Amino acid sequence: MSASALVAGVLREPAQLRDSGMPWEALIRAAREADLLGTLAARAQACASLDCIPPAPRAHLVAAGHRYRAQQAAVRREIGEITRALQHLDVPVVLLKGAAYLLAELPPARGRFFSDIDILVPKARLPDVESALMLAGFATTHLHPYDQRYYRRWMHELPPMRHVKRSSLLDVHHTLVPETAQVALDAGALFRAAIPLAGMPGLFVLSPADMVLHSATHLFHNEELSHGLRDLVDIDALLDHFTHGHGEFWPALVQRAAELDLQRPLYYALRFAPRLLGTRVPGDVAASVARHAPPAVIGFLMDRLLAAALEPAYGRASTRWARRALYVRGHWLKMPLPLLAWHLGVKALRREEPSPA
Amino acid sequence: MILRELPPGELRRRLAGSGLRLRIGPVVAEILSSFRTVETAVALHYAGHEVVPDSDFADFHVAVEPPPGVRRWVAPQAYFKFDDRSAFLPLPAAQAFPLLEWGLNWCVSVHCHQYLIVHAAVVERGGRALVLPAPPGSGKSTLCAALVARGWRLLSDELALVDLSGATLTPMPRPISLKNRSIDVIRTFWPEARIGAVVPDTLKGSVAHVRPPIDSVRRAQEPATPGWIVLPRFEAGAATELRPLSKCDAFMRLVDSAFNYNVHGRAGFAALAEVVDASVCHTFAYGGALDEAATVFDDLAKA
Repeated sequence: MSASALVAGVLREPAQLRDSGMPWEALIRAAREADLLGTLAARAQACASLDCIPPAPRAHLVAAGHRYRAQQAAVRREIGEITRALQHLDVPVVLLKGAAYLLAELPPARGRFFSDIDILVPKARLPDVESALMLAGFATTHLHPYDQRYYRRWMHELPPMRHVKRSSLLDVHHTLVPETAQVALDAGALFRAAIPLAGMPGLFVLSPADMVLHSATHLFHNEELSHGLRDLVDIDALLDHFTHGHGEFWPALVQRAAELDLQRPLYYALRFAPRLLGTRVPGDVAASVARHAPPAVIGFLMDRLLAAALEPAYGRASTRWARRALYVRGHWLKMPLPLLAWHLGVKALRREEPSPA
Repeated sequence: MILRELPPGELRRRLAGSGLRLRIGPVVAEILSSFRTVETAVALHYAGHEVVPDSDFADFHVAVEPPPGVRRWVAPQAYFKFDDRSAFLPLPAAQAFPLLEWGLNWCVSVHCHQYLIVHAAVVERGGRALVLPAPPGSGKSTLCAALVARGWRLLSDELALVDLSGATLTPMPRPISLKNRSIDVIRTFWPEARIGAVVPDTLKGSVAHVRPPIDSVRRAQEPATPGWIVLPRFEAGAATELRPLSKCDAFMRLVDSAFNYNVHGRAGFAALAEVVDASVCHTFAYGGALDEAATVFDDLAKA
């Protein structure tokens, strides 16, 4: 069995942790590489106590439990700070990804590790938001003028910001895909559908359909595949949760993908989540998104590349090559070819200066 | 089986091929390296450590290897890899063994949050631990080596692993890292010490390691309870002086020296408070008179 299938299998059925034949080292190692040790710890704890696990692997789950609880407490505090910094602006702040799952108390948050916080604000208010965040102690990173221009002119987010004292990382987005990508996504629609967080004025999360589409876009449009398995686990947990809560969820998801021009990422998400994690997708939905499958040759290649890229990178040249290929594909989707050539040329010729960040 | 009982050639085979699985206190590390200097140093310093079978659980998979390409030969370098990925910037190849030691410290301090981890040397006598938290340059390792020479059991020269439930200290006996002048100081003070090759020009100056006593390694599964917290300070020519320290100050020093205090919140506060409550706290100034210093600690242990 492949390492990612092992991790995915245990996440689906944590009761397997009681099996006497569990290959503990392979499991802990692959879950750690995928940044999923916290999720594994939380799911193990929910199904049984950790006591049924042998001491050596249990220590890793205990350690991961301490780590995710500390990180999640820190993210909650940090969101409080960000809200305070922005409250006088009267601007809607939409939490994205992990921060959204945590504050909206959605299942993917259970045990999830955090490396940064992502928020979405209207593009027109970006200058105000950036100034207010700077006054609150967040400073931009990536000080090279080319990088600054790259983010500000072409990307869907500001250069990442870091708090000067707390070192917390913050990504401020104004839409979900780069401005240069060939996707006609209307960011205004995201704000119109956003859902306010109870008891937290000014804070929103994306609607269920938009949340899934963003996660799918993040995984299948991104050039960085090292957290691919974790993204897929998020998608699976979201789909499972929304299926049970909202009767109209699936038709709304399919329709929304058409409105936001994100049918291809949805196709990939609904192809890979069931394969690895056994996500249940209604037959008519699967048939409907299958119309947005890529041409057969591309589909064949993507199946193999993604399967390889979702494996841990240690000891596997195929994973590294697949991630490189997908890195190129991610850039290809991000920018039209002449711009991409220019961008890669600048990056290749530039002398790397030590970053002060 | 302990490492020095491996058949001839077996250490090299494992380091270069299947991986050497060593039990180091509470963890098992699988180590790979094709550097001869690493092989020699591992053979010396880890002679008494248990080699576990490949089927046993390994916590960390580490390697110290040359880079691909010309830097293998021209101004050769060494990379520390964790799970096949480079964890830090490379160092000159001559520093391969110190790099392995720093890498192992890194593995424990960023992953083992089942403990509250404090940057401190820990030695034991009569079941009670003497914790020496200190910033670099305060003579912590020199003092630690001197006390070990006088029969204190080594728990760790670098990392105090504080158990969160019962405030016991878990041993992780590994080579004691000496820097610069303290290398010769310890050679003189402890002629029987097994000291490895001196590696010059590292980030910390010249570095050499002292092999941990076989007895400390053999008793690595025996935890200790807190006994004393002493803040050492080396100052050339200073008089040897042990002074009482308030528990508040000792507590704050432990907090400052902890690697993962932020991870543990209230439980971390409680665990450190328990360590401090159970300990007699002092500061200790010394100017290099290690005999005198060791006697002070012998008296402290008898009191």
